[in-house]
Amino acid sequence: MLSIKNLHKRYGAATAVNGVTVDIPEGQMVGIIGRSGAGKSTLLRLINRLTDASEGGIVCCGEEVTALSGRALRGWRARCAMIFQQFNLVSRLSVVANVLIGRIAYRSTLPTLFNFFSLEERAMAVRALERLDMAANALKRADALSGGQQQRVAIARALVQEPRLVLADEPIASLDPHNAARVMDALRTINREEGITVLTNLHQVGTAKSYCDRILGMAHGRIVFDGPPEALTLTRVQEIYGAGGEDEEVRQALGLPGQSRPEAAGGACLASA
Amino acid sequence: MGTIIHPKNGEDWASSFERARAELARAKRARNASFVLLLLFALGISFWAGEVRTSTLLEGIPNFFNYINDIAPELRHDHLLTDLGEWYWNLGHWLILLVDTVLIAFLGTFLGTVAAFLLSFPASRNLSPNGTVHFASRRLLEFARAVPELVYALVFVFSFGIGPLPGVLALAVHTTGALGKLFSEANENASLDTVEGVRSVGADWFQTMRFAVVPQVLPNFLSYSLLRFEINVRAASVIGFVGAGGIGQELMFVIRQFVYSDISALVLLIILTVVLMDISCERLRHRLIGREALL
Ligand SMILES: Nc1ncnc2c1ncn2[C@@H]1O[C@H](COP(=O)(O)OP(=O)(O)OP(=O)(O)O)[C@@H](O)[C@H]1O
Ligand SMILES: [Mg+2]
Repeated sequence: MLSIKNLHKRYGAATAVNGVTVDIPEGQMVGIIGRSGAGKSTLLRLINRLTDASEGGIVCCGEEVTALSGRALRGWRARCAMIFQQFNLVSRLSVVANVLIGRIAYRSTLPTLFNFFSLEERAMAVRALERLDMAANALKRADALSGGQQQRVAIARALVQEPRLVLADEPIASLDPHNAARVMDALRTINREEGITVLTNLHQVGTAKSYCDRILGMAHGRIVFDGPPEALTLTRVQEIYGAGGEDEEVRQALGLPGQSRPEAAGGACLASA
Repeated sequence: MGTIIHPKNGEDWASSFERARAELARAKRARNASFVLLLLFALGISFWAGEVRTSTLLEGIPNFFNYINDIAPELRHDHLLTDLGEWYWNLGHWLILLVDTVLIAFLGTFLGTVAAFLLSFPASRNLSPNGTVHFASRRLLEFARAVPELVYALVFVFSFGIGPLPGVLALAVHTTGALGKLFSEANENASLDTVEGVRSVGADWFQTMRFAVVPQVLPNFLSYSLLRFEINVRAASVIGFVGAGGIGQELMFVIRQFVYSDISALVLLIILTVVLMDISCERLRHRLIGREALL
């Protein structure tokens, strides 16, 4: 479905994405892991075309995504919904207004500028909120919600985009474990029930292993690991994160015993922070 | 911004921090001293160029009070009502002119706000759709605010004739420039995360401005416009001097005719109106701030 070939993104002398080539079949849930600065966010932003590639191509369903512009580009963005770490909702607008924003690419400009949405679209928005257990809050202001609730509103907005692909950039990095689980569950549900392809950057190896069908490991802008969760061994994790990457969370995720010297683990933690 | 602390050989962090802090404080003192010198110099030049001389000032002070005395009405406490009636003999007409003045200010502010709103988005550095549009809207706003209302009023009186229309236009154009700058600065401070969120769903430029930026800045815009309305009520009473309608036109007339008591009567009315507008706009603005956008 999504086919990325030799994708590069350079910022001046620095290369954020350095020759990524990967094929993603329809309906897969893919987790991308890698240390800070590996180029994970840049890769997702390239796919949504929030930034333009320096070199290489992205093809989706026979369509050359990297060549799109104008109306066709906006149509592509609508079909590949994006979810952000900081939710990126419009905080002064109501929850339902935020969800309706997911429809604006399907409408002509003028009516949307005056906030005219059809009854069906409003119903669609409320149903999307209902699926995420947020319908009761539809008329609240977005900034009156907790982080976890805001992220679920963002997922509802993604749903009304009727996307074939959802890109989530560290969707749970600002959430507590309980809310993180709810958000990840929601992403997996839309993946399983609607067959929407999900591509998500994740901070924690454990989350990636338990939710994703396939894991991509990135380092220095390259894909250095591509395989099912079972294939992710300690050596592989070390290849992705570099030496010292195996902290307590990783060891737990891989089902390994904890470090024998806790002060050493603490030291590694401080140094990497 | 800021200096990075480099400890010298064998120096501990606390003492090298103190050394860096002392250096920074010295540099700051030097900067402040040169600023004060510059200010004094500018003041000196201005006094000289503005011909502010103590002798002229002292000679002028009696004239000032004489003029005040000339235009002051004759009010006797045993005939207060009749005297007041005589002083404000033309009150009905003047009140109509005052209402005219406020309406000129209102319409000018409204039109200027609409134009400033539309231009502020392309004029925002980080939101503009392209360089040319950005450059053009910036220069347009700069020109609009660089020329004073009074000059616009003069030009428009020449082209459209005496009356309120040139006044409205003059205020509208200047307001466009003044508010456009403030609006575009508010836009530039809007959260770009939100802008990106809206862009990522496939919104075009207009939709992005409408949904990502407008909700963030609208309360500021309203507050700025009210502030501008206060200013424009004052300005509207002055631009009448060149024939652009309102109470100023009448004031100019009585000044030219040396109708002394009318001058004081009109000036007092104008002051009262401006103060009244100031107070009510102030109240309104404080109520608006912190109120949610009804969008
Ligand atoms: N707009 C930009 N301008 C310049 N450099 C950038 C820009 N965006 C990203 N980079 C650089 O590209 C590299 C990859 O950044 P990216 O945000 O994709 O990493 P990441 O894997 O998402 O990291 P994190 O886990 O911290 O989010 C980094 O070195 C970063 O400094
Ligand atoms: Mg990132």
